[in-house]
Amino acid sequence: MIADKYLGKLQQIGFKTLSRFARVGRGSLFLWQIMTGLLYVIQRPKLLIRQLYYVGVQTLLIILVAGLFIGMVLALQSYIVLVDFGAEDSLSLMVSLSVLRELGPVFTGLLFAGRAGSALTAEIGLMKSTEQLSGMEMMAVNPMKYIIAPRFLAGVIAVPLLTSIFMAIAILGGYFVATEMLGIYEGVYWSQMQANVDFYADLMNGMIKSLVFGFVVVWIAVFEGYDCVPTSEGLGQATTRTVVHGSLAVLGLDFILTALMFNV
Amino acid sequence: MNTRNIEILVGGFVVLAVIAMVMLSLKVSNLVSYGDENDVYEIQAQFENIGGLKERSPVSAGGVRVGKISAISYNNKEFTAVVTLQIESRYQFPVDTSASILTAGLLGEQYIGLEPGGDEEYLVEGGEIDITQSAMILEQIIGQFIYSKSQEE
Repeated sequence: MIADKYLGKLQQIGFKTLSRFARVGRGSLFLWQIMTGLLYVIQRPKLLIRQLYYVGVQTLLIILVAGLFIGMVLALQSYIVLVDFGAEDSLSLMVSLSVLRELGPVFTGLLFAGRAGSALTAEIGLMKSTEQLSGMEMMAVNPMKYIIAPRFLAGVIAVPLLTSIFMAIAILGGYFVATEMLGIYEGVYWSQMQANVDFYADLMNGMIKSLVFGFVVVWIAVFEGYDCVPTSEGLGQATTRTVVHGSLAVLGLDFILTALMFNV
Repeated sequence: MNTRNIEILVGGFVVLAVIAMVMLSLKVSNLVSYGDENDVYEIQAQFENIGGLKERSPVSAGGVRVGKISAISYNNKEFTAVVTLQIESRYQFPVDTSASILTAGLLGEQYIGLEPGGDEEYLVEGGEIDITQSAMILEQIIGQFIYSKSQEE
């Protein structure tokens, strides 16, 4: 029957839509459960510090290297354009504003999703696949409080810290290229920056962005791990989804936040 | 890895982040330190047109930066722009100093240049600069030029 075939298609669409919504619902409930577990984590800082080591300290190296090179490349590229207008003195402004407003938060969010987010998903997913999470529940240990909440809080704390390090190292990288390679005077580099960069409008907005990105990326990462299909294939897919959805969320939110903050 | 080493590394990480944050606030965005704030005095100047002047734009005398613009408002009685200049206390200027709005380079940012006069009295907190010169508006100059050309013909 032809009608049956079309009804089948319609059913498929309906099923997919409903399962998407169900996932969003599960994600929100999951976030709520994490929030109720945060008090538990604050009372046991050891759990938090261990996770800060895994998501923060271990991500530090890639953040330092990426920040340094982005700052240096930005200085080189901006110089090529600015020198045509005789405006190479504004190089530091170009570097610092791009880094503080956009590149710092966005790159840190993307790198964090790739480096720490995927690791979080894989770890929690494997715990689920090997039934460690169920085992904990059997022993009356709430995995939400003991496993998920410390990882979530550590991620939310680590991302703004990593962002500030990224920003500082990128500006230092730009400084190195500008003064050593391009022959811009040291005083010009700093004074142009200091005269035009605003603490609240530029630096604080960048930090607010990084806080939002950190929250969303870590939420996606722990949820994908907790919600994964407990097979080796499902685990792989969940890890991929963390990186893809996390990065897309960062980029999409960045547009919205920029439009709100800098009233374009 | 034992707990102690992990704690040391996390401590180092947090300290590094704090150093980065302090550097960003002080060295990059020049968040005013309280010491400097007391070392300034404010004077006002009225301009017919301030062009693209903004708050935090520099004030310079003889090319040296001596202060910044702390506020810009509009006087609705005399229809002039009122600019408040924040000048560092170690720089003193005579009361007949003139202020003009200049542009750094052809398309650069605008700033206020002070030209000291010869009076023996000095400007103090709350003082006012009487002799001012407005910003050069490129469109007006071009307009005048075209107008004078068409008059000639």
